Amino acid sequence: MKVLVCVKRVPDTGGGFKLTADGMRVDTTNLGFTVSPHEECAIEEAIRIIEKHGGSSTVLTLGPQAAQEQLREAIAKGITSAILLEAEDYEFWDPAATAQAIAETVKSLGFDILLFGNESADTCNYQVGLRVAHLLDLPCVTGIKALEIQNNTAIAKRETKDGWEVYEVPLPAVFTVREGINTPRHPSLRGIMSAKKVPIEQKKVTKPASQIVRKALKKPQEGRQLEILGQGVDAVPKIVEKLREVGAI
Amino acid sequence: MILAILEIVKGSLTETSLETVTAARDLAQKSNDSVAALLMGKGVSTLAPTLKGIHTVLVAEDPHLEGYLPDALAEIAAYAIRQKSPKIALAPGTETGNDLMARVAARLNLGLATNCVEFSVEGGSLKRVTRLNWGGSLLEEVEIFSSPILLTLAPHALAAQSADGATPTVETLSLTLTEKALRVRMKELIPTEKKGISLTDAKIVIGGGRGMGSAEAFKMLEELASLLHNAAVGATRVATNNNWRPHSDQIGQTGAQIAPDLYIACGISGAIQHMVGCKNSKKILAINKDPEAPIFQRADYGVIGDLHQVVPALIAELKKLKGA
Ligand SMILES: Cc1cc2nc3c(=O)[nH]c(=O)nc-3n(C[C@H](O)[C@H](O)[C@@H](O)COP(=O)(O)OP(=O)(O)OC[C@H]3O[C@@H](n4cnc5c(N)ncnc54)[C@H](O)[C@@H]3O)c2cc1C
Ligand SMILES: Cc1cc2nc3c(=O)[nH]c(=O)nc-3n(C[C@H](O)[C@H](O)[C@H](O)COP(=O)(O)OP(=O)(O)OC[C@H]3O[C@@H](n4cnc5c(N)ncnc54)[C@H](O)[C@@H]3O)c2cc1C
Repeated sequence: MKVLVCVKRVPDTGGGFKLTADGMRVDTTNLGFTVSPHEECAIEEAIRIIEKHGGSSTVLTLGPQAAQEQLREAIAKGITSAILLEAEDYEFWDPAATAQAIAETVKSLGFDILLFGNESADTCNYQVGLRVAHLLDLPCVTGIKALEIQNNTAIAKRETKDGWEVYEVPLPAVFTVREGINTPRHPSLRGIMSAKKVPIEQKKVTKPASQIVRKALKKPQEGRQLEILGQGVDAVPKIVEKLREVGAI
Repeated sequence: MILAILEIVKGSLTETSLETVTAARDLAQKSNDSVAALLMGKGVSTLAPTLKGIHTVLVAEDPHLEGYLPDALAEIAAYAIRQKSPKIALAPGTETGNDLMARVAARLNLGLATNCVEFSVEGGSLKRVTRLNWGGSLLEEVEIFSSPILLTLAPHALAAQSADGATPTVETLSLTLTEKALRVRMKELIPTEKKGISLTDAKIVIGGGRGMGSAEAFKMLEELASLLHNAAVGATRVATNNNWRPHSDQIGQTGAQIAPDLYIACGISGAIQHMVGCKNSKKILAINKDPEAPIFQRADYGVIGDLHQVVPALIAELKKLKGA
């Protein structure tokens, strides 16, 4: 079994956003970087598939040299190898362009299972996985929260309000994963050390013309006025009062 | 033509579909254009007369269209767009709507702006759209250079409005679906058993974060919930990643979106990815021992203190009140 996982390096924003002066991007000074929780789960799923069925797994990103950090983290957890599609101007790639570059690269590599996040952490376009599937002429099930491989068939499940939808598709196939499909592991110290030495396959890619271009970022309005109810247990009577106001008691 | 591609669940148009129709009518009015809607599925033509203020309803009732068939729906929608060359085609920005439109965009090799909340029409044509980033914590204004323009509308970005007008003309689309269009097909639906009040239906939600410290500590939140009307317990990603709670309890960008009357956040720092899941709460009450925690900038009521003291004291007080 050969499994591919695609991830995207994004700032780990935590408590709040600061935008750059031109309003075009998130100010990443003093911020760490990460991948989306959906993608962390996709990495975990790839590792589990290989542990169970044998074979190899590859993590791929289109991004800057610095994205080696995210690739090595995946290797430290148990992914076999990594591909970096190097584009320092990656912020100006649109989903169609990203999908095109990924599809061209992986077309000849014979992956049986291609995993993506359901949507990326930052731009949330919901489409790179589906576009890659279309370009490679492969079936795709999105937003899956369970995956099982039997012979050459995948049984994928999506969770909806009404229950679990079950899909059965022949491999090779593309899946976009949602957080909750598994609980991702942490890398071991040994994993982290050996991941430093794994060579990363690199290829420079150039951006085709964009169909969608960012003009500005802005923060939505937040309008709450804080009322401090008190310190520690002294606040209890006031909490009870608020619970009464909303009809909770 | 502005084409609204609609989602039908259990034989009815969804609320988000009606919002999409409203947006399509608005875009058509501002650009002096006509409005059409596309209905796909078995027996959907009965819904056509309910769509007022629309000129044409395109109907595709292929007998294969039973169960969720994303590629088949995408084939039909792409065919309709090729046939009718609308200026704009839009669908609801739900999980299925985004999935469908991405399949359509890939087939037509067009750009797609998902989860739009605002449209700026100038001189009769759509210039820019504003869309959600980071699950809604940030807004992005984009310009679309491909044509027809493909969009999805973020759920509840606007309110659905009814309209008057003549009943629309119905036009049947007939195309033969290829074998390939049927290869991704839902095989079965395993219903989930409903137990207790769900996070999204609860009027009061009590959320626990890293400050809870253990799975054990969540029992205290369960007890608090049992003392309140219509209350449920949720969690942050730290709590679900530590296996203190199942992922289905997670509130936030990659978890549930809740809108209760009151959200009580216990030992939660207020990371934007968590807050985006509870920002529609009418009121937010935060219990945190750190007065500098970002959650205090996004809450209505704040209690500064150790939740392991405050919550038990609150439970004791509520029990006392119940006993009296
Ligand atoms: C300052 C700035 C400006 C930008 N301007 C624009 C813009 O105007 N318009 C625009 O559309 N995009 C823009 N981008 C780029 C955009 O962030 C994406 O890289 C885009 O190509 C893919 O969209 P997405 O990640 O939202 O895709 P999604 O479809 O939401 O991603 C789904 C999945 O695809 C995979 N994936 C996504 N990107 C990559 C990648 N680079 N490498 C490997 N796998 C990946 C991941 O598995 C991800 O979970 C900008 C980014 C920044 C920070
Ligand atoms: C793309 C992306 C998507 C994400 N999606 C989600 C999501 O859907 N949901 C989600 O929750 N997170 C999500 N996250 C993670 C998010 O960024 C935060 O890491 C997470 O929400 C933090 O959880 P927390 O508040 O429990 O923990 P922390 O940030 O560690 O905060 C713990 C808080 O508890 C307080 N505390 C500790 N002990 C006590 C005590 N005894 N009494 C009172 N207070 C105490 C501390 O002062 C602190 O403020 C996502 C991240 C990314 C990058």
